[in-house]
Amino acid sequence: MSLRDQLTEIKEKGLADIEQTNDLKKLNDIRVHLLGKKGPITAALRGIKDLTPEERPEVGSYANKIRDAITVAVADQRQKLEDAALDAKLASEKIDVTMPGKPVAQGQPHVIQQIIDQIVDLFLGMGYEVLSGPEVEEDKYNFEMMNLPKNHPARDMQDTFYISKEILMRTQTSPMQARALEKHDFSKGPLKMISPGIVYRRDTDDPTHSHQFHQVEGLFIDEHVTMADLKGTLITMAQNIFGNKFDIRLRPSYFPFTEPSVEVDVTCFNCMGKGCDVCKHTGWIEVLGAGMVHPNVLDMAGVDSKKYGGFAFGVGPDRFAMLKYGVDDIRDFYLDDVRFLNQFSKRGN
Amino acid sequence: MKVSYKWLKKYLDLNLPAKDLAEKIERTAVEVDSVTVAEDGLKKLVVGHILSMTKHPESDHLHICQVDVGEDEPLQIVCGAPNVAADQKVIVALPNSRIGGNVKIKRSKMRGVESQGMICALDEIGFSKDVVPKEWADGIYVFDDDVPVGEPIYKYLGMDDPIIDLDVTPNRGDMLSILGTVHDLAAIYDQKPTIKKPVVDEDNSLDANQVIQATADEKLAKTYKLRVVEGVKVAPSPSWLQIVLWNAGIRPINNVVDVTNYILLKYGQPLHSFDKDKINGNIQVRMAAKGEKLTTLDEDKHELTTDDIVIADNDKPIALAGVMGGFNTQIDESTTNVVIESAIFDSFRIRKAAQRHNLHTEASQRFERGINPDGVQDAVDEAVSMIKELAGGKIAKGTVTATEYHPELPTIFTTAERTNHVLGTSFTTEEIKNIFDRLGFSSEAHEDGLNVTIPARRWDIFRDADLNEEVARIYGYDNLPATLPTGRQSIGILTPTQKLQRASRTALEGLGLTQAISYSLTTAEKAKMFMMRKSFETKLLWPMTQDHSVLRMNMLSGLLDDVAYNHAHKVNDVALYESGRVFYKDSAEQIRPEEVEHMAGVITGNFTSPLWNNHVQPIDFFQLKGIVNQFLLNLGVKGDIEYTATDQYPEMHPGRTANISIHGHYIGFLGQIHPRIAKKFKIKETYGFDLNMQELIDLPKDDDQYKPISKYPSIKRDISLVVDQDVTNDQIMQVMNKRGGAFLNNVRLFDVYEGENVSDGKKSMAYSLTYVDPRETLKDEVVNKAFEKIKKRLTADLNAEIR
Ligand SMILES: [Zn+2]
Repeated sequence: MSLRDQLTEIKEKGLADIEQTNDLKKLNDIRVHLLGKKGPITAALRGIKDLTPEERPEVGSYANKIRDAITVAVADQRQKLEDAALDAKLASEKIDVTMPGKPVAQGQPHVIQQIIDQIVDLFLGMGYEVLSGPEVEEDKYNFEMMNLPKNHPARDMQDTFYISKEILMRTQTSPMQARALEKHDFSKGPLKMISPGIVYRRDTDDPTHSHQFHQVEGLFIDEHVTMADLKGTLITMAQNIFGNKFDIRLRPSYFPFTEPSVEVDVTCFNCMGKGCDVCKHTGWIEVLGAGMVHPNVLDMAGVDSKKYGGFAFGVGPDRFAMLKYGVDDIRDFYLDDVRFLNQFSKRGN
Repeated sequence: MKVSYKWLKKYLDLNLPAKDLAEKIERTAVEVDSVTVAEDGLKKLVVGHILSMTKHPESDHLHICQVDVGEDEPLQIVCGAPNVAADQKVIVALPNSRIGGNVKIKRSKMRGVESQGMICALDEIGFSKDVVPKEWADGIYVFDDDVPVGEPIYKYLGMDDPIIDLDVTPNRGDMLSILGTVHDLAAIYDQKPTIKKPVVDEDNSLDANQVIQATADEKLAKTYKLRVVEGVKVAPSPSWLQIVLWNAGIRPINNVVDVTNYILLKYGQPLHSFDKDKINGNIQVRMAAKGEKLTTLDEDKHELTTDDIVIADNDKPIALAGVMGGFNTQIDESTTNVVIESAIFDSFRIRKAAQRHNLHTEASQRFERGINPDGVQDAVDEAVSMIKELAGGKIAKGTVTATEYHPELPTIFTTAERTNHVLGTSFTTEEIKNIFDRLGFSSEAHEDGLNVTIPARRWDIFRDADLNEEVARIYGYDNLPATLPTGRQSIGILTPTQKLQRASRTALEGLGLTQAISYSLTTAEKAKMFMMRKSFETKLLWPMTQDHSVLRMNMLSGLLDDVAYNHAHKVNDVALYESGRVFYKDSAEQIRPEEVEHMAGVITGNFTSPLWNNHVQPIDFFQLKGIVNQFLLNLGVKGDIEYTATDQYPEMHPGRTANISIHGHYIGFLGQIHPRIAKKFKIKETYGFDLNMQELIDLPKDDDQYKPISKYPSIKRDISLVVDQDVTNDQIMQVMNKRGGAFLNNVRLFDVYEGENVSDGKKSMAYSLTYVDPRETLKDEVVNKAFEKIKKRLTADLNAEIR
């Protein structure tokens, strides 16, 4: 048998052994045996000295090829065995992915806060600033400067918690109109503000009344602000908070601090305007009050009503939340049942 | 104000469904509460004629009636009404009819006798008991003789008339009358109704001013007029008048009183009728004297105050002016001579009197909102004419006038340009003038605009802004364009404080707490719990309930109320925060409190719900401390956050509460709610914090700076030491941080142990120390040296035994 044939035989037997091995240790033993200094290839190559100088390089090169082939075969077989072992391990690691994930604590903003934030963000986008004011207010700001002098009958519409004769729990966020008007420097630009906050009424708590609730006041005063602008602004708000399909309508109303005064209705959520029990078959639901700021309010705050004018509106976030989500008891907002609060967890709306 | 559609149609040409009219009113004038037609929901109710009547053999109060209902055969109906009698025309509910309250009437047997329907009382077919005339209150209703048998009953009772209930705003007192409503609808529909002035057929032989004299203080009654009718015969009113009244929600009384109420509805002018013969001497409008008493028509006794206006005769009050008449001078069946009062009383005093005596009447409501000064005489003139017509007698010549007021009509200058400037419209002067014409406001061209004269019936209008409203509503808000403001620009941006407040809420939510909103008004006891500073309480003068009577001086008590509510509803795991205000007063004399922004939170139960494969650790002090500390880190307040044990809050656990300060500023506390307080609130083990958010907002914040991360490897050393029980982590940390050398970067407590192998009164604490040099690779020798120094100091300063 020629040396070349010897080598070929070693190779074929070696490759067969490698392929049959299913144990990583044995595979390594085979590799060490075949390629080692005491292995068959080394042994066979001892016969190279008997060859002619011309034949030697060729057989040497052939031996190297065989070594390479064996190295590759070992690596392939190792990969195969490792893959099989991993597959077996993975198969044993199978879990029930339908079991619940580990609980992570995550709090929610209060639903009324969410409504307030939506309104605030919308008006920030329209260039309004956000103001906050005292909850314990002077009669002067809450009533008198809002064109509600001491004996005004409209004061009876708002039952008031008094602290003293002149100090009270604000019944509305409207005093922020007077406070903002007093401070604003019109040479610097228009007065555009919204003011969210808590207000108080001397009411007995029941499903539709709460002695504490929220309002967001809005005010826009400049040299030329019209009632049509008010209408456009309110449509923008309604569609932003409730959705594009919602429309508004204005109805005459009465607030001492605006003239003209309007109540604003929005398309009924329940029937989308077709008429149902919720909207008393009108297709509309009252959501807020608004109007053009009364000249008396401007004049009392030291703003020239002949030069400046504009609109104001007052939104009830509690009412918005009740309508938007169908909450039928306003007290739910102040009892803080975590099962109630955690329902309003939808983000980014 | 309940307005009859039929009545409106007497003046206006209205050919649209009542619902549509109501919608128009709502969009143009005032809110509409409801539109109701009394016959809606009723079925098969007809006029029946009782042909004969016999006693029921088995009953002492039932009768068996044979009733002609316009069919071939009469129906046999058993009736128990005390006033039933043969030959009456009555309301018959036929078999299979439907009466009030959606009740169905079927053929039935009553004590063995067949009854083919029912003879009805007014309240049985849906009338409110408040409007049923006394005559018919305890029995069936009996029609006038001329009502045709077999016809549906509705039109003979006014039940086919749509009633539009207006919710009139305080400024539109003029709409509290049929004529006022007619004027407004005339403007809306551009019609010119004819409103006739009353003509009085006076008897010249009788002079009112000889019969009675009246005096009045102008401050109390700007106008005060009386007319006299003598020789009347008091009786029930004709059915048409009764219908008008009951449809307006007013109970018919008799033909004198009913006329005054009819005039009140028509003109919005409250009238009062006195029995002339019960008046002693002359009439005087004055303030009540101290101690005077009056029994009003509803037979309630009132202690009068010196703020009440009364109508008095020579020796006693005979009416609470503008609110209700006195029982002592009321019209009864024997009355023959009547005095009718038509006046304008001071609206403020009437409002207060109505509130004081809790007597809100049709009259007081109208005096409160204002009276048309030009209608006072017409109202009383029409009243006496009607009384003469319905009750007979003769009308005394003339009117007794104590005071009389005719205001100068306001003339307002306005221009189309000004109106367009406010409304965003593009009216011409002509178009605006046309709207004023429709409203019945006369106008004249003046300079570039109009001088508009306002009639007395619209006392709510006195400046150009008011005219803008009239133009806008008659033109229609639906027709108003919708635009967004143009003009000078502005930037909308949150202030740093607002940003911080918003971020603080987001931070706490991320840390697992849900936002709560509790009540700022609480009990006196809860208001002064968990006090962070000395403060006096702010109390309401007239609270509705003691539960909400004092302004909170802490945020925690409200959150504990929330926890209690949750526990009561079997919710044990609660994690809430609240951002709100507390109200402090530095002295008892201070009236207006200082409002301070606070941030508070509570956790109780399990912080996260238990998982299927492990047990969740119930919350404890350190769980809450972790939340609060992370929250404070998020705010980036400059300086170290320090926690010091405190027992200063009586409502907190004395051994599990820490005051928190940053850079030496006290900002609040956290800890376990005292078990005694928890018991009082009926809540389980609860932990809470209350922070002065205003302080956190005001304190300086970390600079916006970045510190490079060291590229060189760090070296760790662990140390375990045994110290006395009362040595705190803070003491150990202070030694380590102070003596740790330049490269000590971080110290972390990783184990605390007491018990076996640690002697009594001692504890073992293990820390992991990390050393880093930002400039080069640290050498072991350097760290060893620093570490040895720490060990030495701990032994020396804290008597620590290093293990
Ligand atoms: Zn609807």
